Amino acid sequence: MDFTFTPEEEAFRSEVAEFLEKDVPQEYREKRLTFFDMSAQHDWIKVHRAMAEKLGAKGWLSRHWPKEYGGQDASPFYRLILREELSRYHSPGYDSIGAGIVAPALLLKGSEEQKKQHLPGIASGKVMWCETLSEPGHGSDLASIEVFAREDADCFNINGQKIWTTNGHFADWNALVVRTDREVTPKYRGLTFFLVDMKTPGITVNPIINMAGHHEFNEVFFDDVRVPKENIVGGLNKGFYVVMSLLDYERTSDTAYAVAGTYLEDLAEYARDNNLLNLIMVNRLAQMKADCEVARLLHYRVTWMQSQGMVPNYESAMSKMYGFELLQRVSEFGMELLGQYSQLTEESARVPMYGRIPSCYLRSFGHSLEQGTSEIDRDVIAQRGLGLPRLR
Amino acid sequence: MDFALNEQQEMMQTLARDFLTGEYTDKVLRAMAGDEKGYTPELWKKLAEMNLLGLSIPEDYGGIGDFLDLIVVLEEMGRACFISPFFSTVVLGASSIIEAGSDEQKQKFLPDISEGKTIITLALAEESAKYTPDAIQTKATQQGDDFVINGVKLFVTDAHVSDYLICAAMTGEAENPRERISLFIVDINTPGVSCKSLKTISGDKQAEVTFDDVRVSGDSVLGEIDKGWPYAEKILQKANVARCAEMVGLAQQALNITRDYTKERIAFGHPIGAFQSVQHRCADMLIDIDGSRFATHQAAWRINKGLPAAREVAIAKAWVSQACRRVMNSAHQVHGAIGFTEDHILHYYTKKARASEFSFGDVNHHLEQISEF
Repeated sequence: MDFTFTPEEEAFRSEVAEFLEKDVPQEYREKRLTFFDMSAQHDWIKVHRAMAEKLGAKGWLSRHWPKEYGGQDASPFYRLILREELSRYHSPGYDSIGAGIVAPALLLKGSEEQKKQHLPGIASGKVMWCETLSEPGHGSDLASIEVFAREDADCFNINGQKIWTTNGHFADWNALVVRTDREVTPKYRGLTFFLVDMKTPGITVNPIINMAGHHEFNEVFFDDVRVPKENIVGGLNKGFYVVMSLLDYERTSDTAYAVAGTYLEDLAEYARDNNLLNLIMVNRLAQMKADCEVARLLHYRVTWMQSQGMVPNYESAMSKMYGFELLQRVSEFGMELLGQYSQLTEESARVPMYGRIPSCYLRSFGHSLEQGTSEIDRDVIAQRGLGLPRLR
Repeated sequence: MDFALNEQQEMMQTLARDFLTGEYTDKVLRAMAGDEKGYTPELWKKLAEMNLLGLSIPEDYGGIGDFLDLIVVLEEMGRACFISPFFSTVVLGASSIIEAGSDEQKQKFLPDISEGKTIITLALAEESAKYTPDAIQTKATQQGDDFVINGVKLFVTDAHVSDYLICAAMTGEAENPRERISLFIVDINTPGVSCKSLKTISGDKQAEVTFDDVRVSGDSVLGEIDKGWPYAEKILQKANVARCAEMVGLAQQALNITRDYTKERIAFGHPIGAFQSVQHRCADMLIDIDGSRFATHQAAWRINKGLPAAREVAIAKAWVSQACRRVMNSAHQVHGAIGFTEDHILHYYTKKARASEFSFGDVNHHLEQISEF
């Protein structure tokens, strides 16, 4: 047992904090923007990309990668520390899809050429990624993916519609999963994973505005989009295995617990300064502080497993789900704490906390859906963690 | 960061698990829950032979291992729903002497504890059932070299079988209640000490202990006069984390029983464990248990390192108590009516969990502590 960071890790945390103290976009910090609502800022993509390049130049986005691909063989706790500090300083700059998911999946399943082509762009913070898994008819049930890629000489020709593509309107590259075999059973053996340049002719991206009024995700249409065969990751019809490892990383790379902790501290500070803490609210706040601590430990367990070369299984579904549902509760608590004022938006003269409260609350409805729903996570925990039988 | 047990901890875990699985069957548990003493001398002797009674006692005083080894063993005791004066003696009694005792007192008591010759407990709470210094109203008045103790202590575990009690009493007049409390080791056979059993819902043995002009010598003071409360705080931290470890074990076993049941019980042509409504309940139970274990280990690790741990202890006790409650509720729900009977083993776990939750400060007490950080 050991519940501290190493002196080297602590030194890294100080280094990151020192950098952010000077370089974080001050407006973002002042407004206490959170990772999940900062992309609603009109200048977000500019600010995000500028910050990503600074983090990239420091080598921080790839520090935990192997040396041969530009990393320093550091433990995954360095990634965790970076993300905790970014959260604490309300800073953009981390591409949770490119750096968080695509890079580890490529390191695990990509060919040598693919690694050489794509990892430097992610490490530098210059290339932004999106992933396209869900379809209008299939969300959680990935094996049923229908969008089809037809073999055509040295390419595959892709047609169909994907949906809920976060950052699809900004991304340079796309991690895409489509069907390449319609006959095979079980159905998941007919899926293939492609890397697609978003500038390829035939791709159309349409915005979808979420109930918080934010434009994060999109629908993406593929109309005879030709993708070279060398862009297949993990082999033809073996995309499901790449997706599974990608989802494992998606569940471990999240930062919801850290955002929840920072947001709760911001709420507590505002409540103290404005005399909003009656006995009931003090009690609720203490409860959520305890929840944040447990969320942090559940997440540290997963990162520790990765640092030991173990492969987290139900553990990552658990930490991801608990962290996101906690962020949902904290967001709801913000509404309760501020009462009638909590409904005021940024445009109101009397708005508290720059309109953070309704923005986070309305955005939080997505937290139990993104990166796999809470229902799927609980299935995973029960079936893989406890060995309960599957009905289907 | 390291979430694994080390070799010694794993060894202690296996030792305790094997012993309790073999010796402490459901039949024994039922007998001990109904038994007035709550343990047998044979069992106590075996615990001593395995060195379990010396856990966390320094080697110089005949002990073995550290506080984390004790925590690991307590989780196993929770899994067995183990009723005995182990917690009173090793966690409360021995910790008090380790924290506050002089070398002489340590020499006198600790080797006897680890050899199974002495059973000892802590008499702290009173009528208010609070674990704050102002709750201590029992008085110890100095008369020459002696002290005369008067007052009533409540919820004293295993008092009826103890040889000694550690009693917290007011010795000073200071307005700040933290600066007027002293700890005493009192032989239970001293004239004026009387115990009355408190009947509780669980198999835990708890008592009301009355001190009526109980005269003890100056040697009985543990630590310094009027400076007992800071020691009490440290003892309470250990006691709370130890209760958390027990609750983790209770909850883990409740989940294990429930998991096995859902695989066997058939309804509508399927084992009920295949239904999502049941699976999701079980998933939440596992989250509560994993979260509880890490919160407990973090607090215990800090105590063991000698680091400030008040915040982590409060978080652990508040969170684990509620998590354990949720786990028990779900265990009963999934079992259906059979889990609602005295015939089934589950209710012992539920009742013991509630007793653990309330001891040394309940959820609200610890939430209040958290809000100070």
